[in-house]
Amino acid sequence: MKGPELLRACVGRIRSRVGAVFPTSHAIFRGKNLHAELGDAGWLDLYLFGITGRRFSAPQLRLLEAVWTYTSYPDSRIWNNRVAALAGSTRSTGNLGMTAALAVSEARIYGQGPGYRAIEFLVRLRVHLDAGGALGAMVDQELAERGSVAGYGRPVNSGKDERIEPLLALARSLGLADGPHLKLAFSVEEYLAAAGHRQLRMNYAAFIAGLSADIGLSPRDHYYFLIPVFLAGMVPCYLDATQRSEGSLLPLPCDGVAYVGPSKRTWPRPERAGVNRSDASGR
Amino acid sequence: MQYLQSRIALEEPEPDNPFAARAAYCSGYDVYGEMLGRATWADMTYLLFRGEAPSPAQAAALDILAVALGNAGPRDSAVHAAMCAGVGGSVAAASLMAALAVGSGSLGGSREVALAMQAWRDCKTDLGAWQRRWASPPREPVGVWLPAEHPVGFDPHGVSTATPIKQTLARLAALDPHSRCAWLLAHLVEMERAAGHPLAMTGVAAAALTDLGLSPAAGEMLYLLLRLPGAAAHALEQAEVGHKRFPFYELKLEEAARPGPTAGATEGGDT
Repeated sequence: MKGPELLRACVGRIRSRVGAVFPTSHAIFRGKNLHAELGDAGWLDLYLFGITGRRFSAPQLRLLEAVWTYTSYPDSRIWNNRVAALAGSTRSTGNLGMTAALAVSEARIYGQGPGYRAIEFLVRLRVHLDAGGALGAMVDQELAERGSVAGYGRPVNSGKDERIEPLLALARSLGLADGPHLKLAFSVEEYLAAAGHRQLRMNYAAFIAGLSADIGLSPRDHYYFLIPVFLAGMVPCYLDATQRSEGSLLPLPCDGVAYVGPSKRTWPRPERAGVNRSDASGR
Repeated sequence: MQYLQSRIALEEPEPDNPFAARAAYCSGYDVYGEMLGRATWADMTYLLFRGEAPSPAQAAALDILAVALGNAGPRDSAVHAAMCAGVGGSVAAASLMAALAVGSGSLGGSREVALAMQAWRDCKTDLGAWQRRWASPPREPVGVWLPAEHPVGFDPHGVSTATPIKQTLARLAALDPHSRCAWLLAHLVEMERAAGHPLAMTGVAAAALTDLGLSPAAGEMLYLLLRLPGAAAHALEQAEVGHKRFPFYELKLEEAARPGPTAGATEGGDT
């Protein structure tokens, strides 16, 4: 079926493989009774089950939750957090502030953009190596095509990523630090350093990509898993701003903007017909 | 002190308050002292996106596009999303955010427009280049977007060119015989044959926005903006109509979920 015939067959009804609520009775979540069969599941357990249809071990869930925890920074300077804080400062709602900040987290140079590209690269690299390819060749190609390797280097600081060591320690304690993708992530960092790209140190995106891939998350699974990754740090940013004077977050005086555009000039069109001209200047 | 940099906005402070503007200039033009009463919404929008005042034909093209895109109607998924917000009593911004999110993809959304504008940038008015592109579409860069599933700018479910698409394209084409819109109108049959589908409004928008000199990124943004009025109006309308008259539809559970009866509901609930 295609065209209008396909659409006609879909009118008025949702077909779902993931679940439904049966009001007054029960709810089905990916084939399981939510309250009877999944009632003991933690929220992350359920979230990952919703994404993958699979259940994960307690150590895996502990590590994945820590992936969120260790990057929950209530720092209102960070661009996505700043959106949450600005929403607080302007007295918007918490929900709007958070959803906007989460949307902003899907950025090209941080957040979900590099998060997805990093795991996609690692998975692709492993396939490439399994097929007999060389690590250096693929890294060089990535650099040539994109000018960067997703997960290496940070936009505001090229030093070491402070999140990696503690999370690595936790992964080791859980027996989840020896997988092939994580090793590859470190190998890429070593190659970049040896090739003179010392500023491209491994950042959190590549590190957690290795952990996730070794746990068995696909690149898309990992991307969906990361959606709330910054959320815990955002709410405090919003709250802090709501507890201060309205509009007092990063106020900018007129001379705080450096204008680099065209010089002042005259608008090229005359008054529009029907517009009242009597003393409309306001000055 | 750290400074923001802008080539768009210059504001001069009131003598008694550095945080209040006495005059605001947009790309050199005095917005409140001179443009008010002389400039239209299309003029201002074009100025913001291009840094120059539009020619009369460019302003007319933007007006035509704004009217054509202004209300995709309640059957459109982005408008449907806004109505879902409106009918449940969500806050106003949620209606627009819902419309923006659902209207941002590669089926009828701003992503499709951006990709189609990239195609215009690459293929220009070279029919052979378009035919080669649709025969072998370029791979999209790795990223968060799901890849487009049909030739961008064309309707994957369409049978023939819908009348409003033709009417919009004809109006835009009439403004400038050398425009991409005029070329597209003249080569519509060949283009649709190459794409395997009829032209969609996203395809018209992509041609028109490229004619206006916008980059794909700017076109993507403006397309999102231009579609918001209808989303807002329909969200407000459904809020008035009320959830009891807003279809809840049926849901049929399929394989991979537990077999069971159809979960249907004829009334809204607390779900």
